[in-house]
Amino acid sequence: MMDQSEAATAIDRREFVADLVAQCPKALVITGLGSPSYDVFAAGDRPRNFYLWGAMGGAAGVGLGLALAQPEQSVVVITGDGEQLMGLGCLATIGVKNPKNLTIVVLDNGHFGETGMQRSHTSLGTDLVAVAQNCSIQHTALVRDMADVPGLAERIHARRGTALVQVIIKPDDVARTLPPRDGVYLKNRLRHELGFPVL
Amino acid sequence: MTAADAPPRDWRDQIYTVLKDYQIQQIAYVPDAGHSSVIRSAVADPDIHDIVLTTEEEGVAIVCGAWLGGQRAALLMQSSGVGNCVNMFSLLQSCRFPFFTLVTMRGEYAEFNHWQCPMGQATQGALALMGITVLRASRPEDVAEIVSAGLEAAFVGGQRVAVLLSQSLIGRKQWGSK
Repeated sequence: MMDQSEAATAIDRREFVADLVAQCPKALVITGLGSPSYDVFAAGDRPRNFYLWGAMGGAAGVGLGLALAQPEQSVVVITGDGEQLMGLGCLATIGVKNPKNLTIVVLDNGHFGETGMQRSHTSLGTDLVAVAQNCSIQHTALVRDMADVPGLAERIHARRGTALVQVIIKPDDVARTLPPRDGVYLKNRLRHELGFPVL
Repeated sequence: MTAADAPPRDWRDQIYTVLKDYQIQQIAYVPDAGHSSVIRSAVADPDIHDIVLTTEEEGVAIVCGAWLGGQRAALLMQSSGVGNCVNMFSLLQSCRFPFFTLVTMRGEYAEFNHWQCPMGQATQGALALMGITVLRASRPEDVAEIVSAGLEAAFVGGQRVAVLLSQSLIGRKQWGSK
């Protein structure tokens, strides 16, 4: 749970995402709708990104299906607290499978940023790391410091087991940088990157 | 005894054979008695990722992820689960994912528990509203063919398909009183 003093020292979301993606150039990245999609796009568009613009609560599930299908690729879901809260049950589903190549990064500002910064459950009592631990997700971490990025990137690269990483970010408004919205394009682009035909 | 002489297997077992024929590699499910044989086979099969869900909408996201990664996946649920999926179905149409789901029906035939009826009776309409083609199997001898047709439409034709397994096919649930 984040208080005012923590918010002041918290991580800048754009800086964190840019640094993480730069250190994981081969990772397949699924983004949750809203700001995480903008953050990942702002870090530089790449065919290995798949941005969700809807399907709230579904980012981790997409990541699970992809991770199971592609065990030799590192799969990173980058989403927000609100999006993950809508798919909380999926953490239990992921905890059953624990694919070694899946990492869920929750950018947690404790608020629903896209809809006017109403407080979310993570700033009202829910502890996502504890939830993930109790869903038997193999590895969990709370990140408050940019110095943790290299270790996280190394872990993603090593594919050492499913991880949920809660990153405490500042509840700042950042400029919207809008990735492509054509889902068919995004889907086929990622499949092409992995060597699969459209159908 | 040759294969041709073998007695026809139960339609439940035939479903699993057809799923394997179409190279399904992930099976996500919320259990139902009508799916129990397929689930048992999936859990026992080292070549299949069996994924038990807390709610059906997770399965919609998972099967899309599987497709992104080059695998075909199927989602098994009961008719009540279709209601849980409605917004997540947006993912299918927005990205034109191939999609195949098998839905066991409740609330439509000799239903004892009328709480199953509102969603059971809205299932076909809800699927259609979200752009999913609906097929239905009501006789044991039709099941394998209709499931196969659905898989063909989904993974060869690129469509979004639900195959409903009628409650009359599954039989009356025994409640111990008349």
